[in-house]
Amino acid sequence: MSAPGRLPRWADYGLLPLLNLCAALLISGLVIRLIGESPWAALKLMAAGAFGAQDSVGYTLFYATDFVFTGLAVAVAVHAGVFNIGGEGQAYIGGLGVGLVGLAFGSWSPWIVVPLGIAAACAFGAAWAFVPAWLQARRGSHIVITTIMFNFIASALMTYLLVNVLIKPGQQSPESREFGPGAVMPSVHQALGMIGIPFAPSPFNLASLLALAACLLVWVFIWRTRWGYALRVFGQNPQAALYAGISPQRTILVSMLISGGLAGCLGVNELMGSEHRILLDFPGGAGFVGIAVALMGRNHPAGILAASLLFGALYQGGSQLAFDMPHVNRDMVVLIQGLVILFCGALENIFRVPLAALLCRAGGSGRT
Amino acid sequence: MEPESPAPEAPGGSPGPALELRAIDKRFGAVHANRAVSLSVARGSIHGLIGENGAGKSTLMNIVYGFHTADSGEIRVNGRRVVIGRPRDSIEAGIGMVHQHFMLVERFTVLENVVLGAEGGRLLGKGLGEARAGLERLGRDYGLDVPLDAETGHLPVGMQQRVEILKALHHRADILILDEPTSVLTPPEADQLFRMLALLRDQGKTVILVTHKLREIMAITDRVTVMRQGAVVHETATRDTTPRALAEQIVGRAVLLRVEKKPARPGPALLEVRNLEVRDRFGVPRVKGATFSLRAGEIVGIAGVSGNGQSELLEALSGIRRPSGGAILLGGRDIAGENVGPRDRRGLGIAHVPEDRLRMGVVGSFSAEDNSILGYEGRPEFSGGGILRRGAIRSGCERKMAAYDIRPPAPRLRITAFSGGNQQKVVMAREIDSKPSVLIVGQPTRGVDIGAIEFIHRRIVELRDAGKAVLVVSVELDEIMGLSDRILVMAGGEFVGEVSGEEANERTLGLMMAGVRGDPRK
Amino acid sequence: MKPTRAPLALALAATITGAASAADFSPAILYDFGGKFDRSFNQSASDGVQRFTKATGIAVREFEIQNASQREQVLRQFSRRGASVIVAVGFTQASAVETVAKEFPDVKFAVIDAVVELPNVESINFREQESSYLCGMAAAMASKTGKVGFVGGMDIPLIRKFALGYRAGVAYVDPKAEVIENMTGTTPAAWTNPSLGAELAKSQFGRGADVVFHAAGATGIGVMQAAADDGLLSIGCDSNQDYLHPGSVLTSAVKRVDVAVETVFTDAKAGTWKSGSRVLGLAENGVDYSLDEFNRKLMTPEMERRLNQAKADIIAGRIVVPEYKSP
Repeated sequence: MSAPGRLPRWADYGLLPLLNLCAALLISGLVIRLIGESPWAALKLMAAGAFGAQDSVGYTLFYATDFVFTGLAVAVAVHAGVFNIGGEGQAYIGGLGVGLVGLAFGSWSPWIVVPLGIAAACAFGAAWAFVPAWLQARRGSHIVITTIMFNFIASALMTYLLVNVLIKPGQQSPESREFGPGAVMPSVHQALGMIGIPFAPSPFNLASLLALAACLLVWVFIWRTRWGYALRVFGQNPQAALYAGISPQRTILVSMLISGGLAGCLGVNELMGSEHRILLDFPGGAGFVGIAVALMGRNHPAGILAASLLFGALYQGGSQLAFDMPHVNRDMVVLIQGLVILFCGALENIFRVPLAALLCRAGGSGRT
Repeated sequence: MEPESPAPEAPGGSPGPALELRAIDKRFGAVHANRAVSLSVARGSIHGLIGENGAGKSTLMNIVYGFHTADSGEIRVNGRRVVIGRPRDSIEAGIGMVHQHFMLVERFTVLENVVLGAEGGRLLGKGLGEARAGLERLGRDYGLDVPLDAETGHLPVGMQQRVEILKALHHRADILILDEPTSVLTPPEADQLFRMLALLRDQGKTVILVTHKLREIMAITDRVTVMRQGAVVHETATRDTTPRALAEQIVGRAVLLRVEKKPARPGPALLEVRNLEVRDRFGVPRVKGATFSLRAGEIVGIAGVSGNGQSELLEALSGIRRPSGGAILLGGRDIAGENVGPRDRRGLGIAHVPEDRLRMGVVGSFSAEDNSILGYEGRPEFSGGGILRRGAIRSGCERKMAAYDIRPPAPRLRITAFSGGNQQKVVMAREIDSKPSVLIVGQPTRGVDIGAIEFIHRRIVELRDAGKAVLVVSVELDEIMGLSDRILVMAGGEFVGEVSGEEANERTLGLMMAGVRGDPRK
Repeated sequence: MKPTRAPLALALAATITGAASAADFSPAILYDFGGKFDRSFNQSASDGVQRFTKATGIAVREFEIQNASQREQVLRQFSRRGASVIVAVGFTQASAVETVAKEFPDVKFAVIDAVVELPNVESINFREQESSYLCGMAAAMASKTGKVGFVGGMDIPLIRKFALGYRAGVAYVDPKAEVIENMTGTTPAAWTNPSLGAELAKSQFGRGADVVFHAAGATGIGVMQAAADDGLLSIGCDSNQDYLHPGSVLTSAVKRVDVAVETVFTDAKAGTWKSGSRVLGLAENGVDYSLDEFNRKLMTPEMERRLNQAKADIIAGRIVVPEYKSP
């Protein structure tokens, strides 16, 4: 007997997120209307800001790359039934790994340093996820709490390191010196330039390929390996996992290590790909956006890719909106982003039941 | 009363119908759960509603109670048409429901639970005072003695059920619907319940008993309605029918009610359990000093009221729970330690069909094929180098589906879209296909329809005949008696008796199961 | 800054006018985290913008940063849309200014609180330690308990600069006085958390402090509110914040970001703008302590005399205020 509110796949993965998005945009439009701007113009500005020019597309994809990493990080943990809120901190510490490699080996060949940096990002991010995971697996400490705490610890640690240890001597800003030339992930405009295709400069870099590879690997891991299978069994039904002989502790640890490693890769995109130095707060909330991205993407890499693009466009388009509409300030943009997260994440089910009823009625009358 | 009319339009006998359903129709997406169901329940009678799982009984009752709304059709109570959109409407119409899973707040006292939803005024104290007087009167009238101030969660299940009935009566129900009420009761408790229901009927209340147990229908109901595939297929006065006739109506064809098997030829002991002690997570011993052996070529049944240590015994044998004492010898090797977990035990030839399929045996959100490798995903036929062999898994599942007549034969379909019987067949197929030497089965046919029960029983007997050892735990006495070559009775965590399959009868087993319950442990 | 219902037209107009002729003057400003209404550092810059607009009638394009990657992007966009001069407020903008200034050598840039050595960049820094020193003196003189507080935003070099000057000023007046020091946090949220500021201030009061100096951006609003609530004294920062709680704000360590911003725009418009590094201290009127009708009653003539004396000594080099150097 089907539960009320079960939808066909196309509606669950396509129509429902679209409806949620429209609802979010509708309310945002109302707010924009309220402050005396035209919602339609705002929407056009946002769309043009996100996709209207080469560098806009570059920025959109750059942000999207961040969100792919953090979204995948959340999704892998969710498949194991673990809610990892610590993507932000893991990304921050992952970036520390990238940065240390960049500072120490920046003069070496990029063919060595870039893979080393990626490895360090994964290792540092995973290490930062390990402690909360271990506490959950062995001590039963609630992982939501511990990962949040670890976000704060990460930011305290990074502030300390940047202010006291890694800061470029004689400088005000708490930033490290620039990495050497070896620790630079080529940007897409450079890469395209080399093969003769001109592209406007943007931070969009080859870490995006890493993100695509990560999508594929996560898909293979979750749906095509026995470990991913075990992870899903545990996440969906811990009792069945016990019955099958799947160790809860190991599953939690493995899922969190992978999750942390993925979040850590954000450091590759931000630091090796764009900033080329370690600076304060470079994850900029992408770890949290990852939660919304995973929710909206139904924890599937393809969905996460799509949701990341949407959020990348929201970020880039939103900044363009703030740039071009004097009355839409930064907080308005945050509000719009927040509404999208609210509707696509927290309230994603508000249209589910009515939609299911509607489809059911349409389907039922079609048959009789 | 006209014996064969499915929906009498006019009151045929002296009392008019208390509840009348006319052409109730309900769809859930593609599932046509109720097809123009008409039903008439005479006032002051006990009316049985029987059918396989998924026949639409629960949907129908949930429509009457207001959990679902019918797509079309009408409901009449005492000849008056009522519109029921939510449970409150049905309560106001005088309908009360006792669910299979009690809807009680365990931390509340009986009194608080009973007044829940009918508090009467803003101040709880006044409502409680009135309720107490009313309940004491109800208790006297219907023989429903319940300690009003006890914490509900601490009462035995039989008592909790009375609380539910009391609650319905307190809400002024004239029509009482009971959904599978005996599934949690010992035979003596069930008898007590039936006496209570008879008393209610004699006082003029109307009772609808939803069940899949033929025995209960025959024992207590006045009339019985059979549902199959969402429609009413048969209705008759109970005294005019037989269990076999009803079973044929339920399944739609002739069925065997008894398990056909040759006498067992037991071989050497494959599994020996000595002095096993298992504690739950609170450290309370649930299995105390269990000692028995399981021989090749025999089926050993463990009878007992649910919650008397059977679950813990199963978990200890399958490696899910580590016993706190004793030994489990498999071919002379003690495997009671923690380092021989469920996966290792499967490797050693112990397969396990868990008693709670949806909680443990399958992953509800997975497809049938993904469920068909649960616990075996690391075996070389299903994965190599860590990568799952999708093709092999699919074809393996298709083969099992064919061999076990699993319908629909769709490996990619979500497991919860299958009926209970077909889900159980997926689990049985998985475990038997792993070629075990010892099969441990908990509640082999819980929530399984009659047709599949027959099939599953046959498979278990086949396994025995192939020289394997089978341990069956079931709360269905008929099943235990029908299947087992040897029966052990469990009560209070201990084995309180052993009888051979041929000698066993309901009375001796029931006494053994219940006798120890006098033990004031709870 | 007038409300408009035709933003597209405006944007278009800005682009067209920017491209139309070089004589058209188009200034822009990029604020830091905290936003232009933080009643402190960014707001001070915003005041300068408004004064410039009022004086000349020329609108200034503004943008408040939301994440780190936007810096370069916005600077680039300003440049491309024909901005003549761009002010980047805050030390975090340094690297972005450096990158974009190289790409647009014809655009004039000014960065505040950081140094970028390029021919088209003006770097404006302040000797915050000097005003902090005076505020420390004022705090020590006004304190009855011999304990004074300091609430910083984040533990970063800039804030350590404030703290060091403040401590030196306190010690100059009363070597035995105790300075209780707290930082608000380790994320950018530390600049925008008034409730935490209030809590820190209250805990410092609980430990005996009766004057508290904040260098915490919008977080400082809470610090000052707490002081006003408890009938104690606070010292404002960056902008002149004496007016916020008259009778409770002892003085403010004023940092004339507004003047700096306005000067950049005015000079650029007049064609007298020069690149290079400028450091503004007491001598240049870049920093100061505030004295106006809101805090006049809190300052005794004796305090005012000693503060002005110290100010003169610092300008003359007779007092050397210690300056924080990053490791």
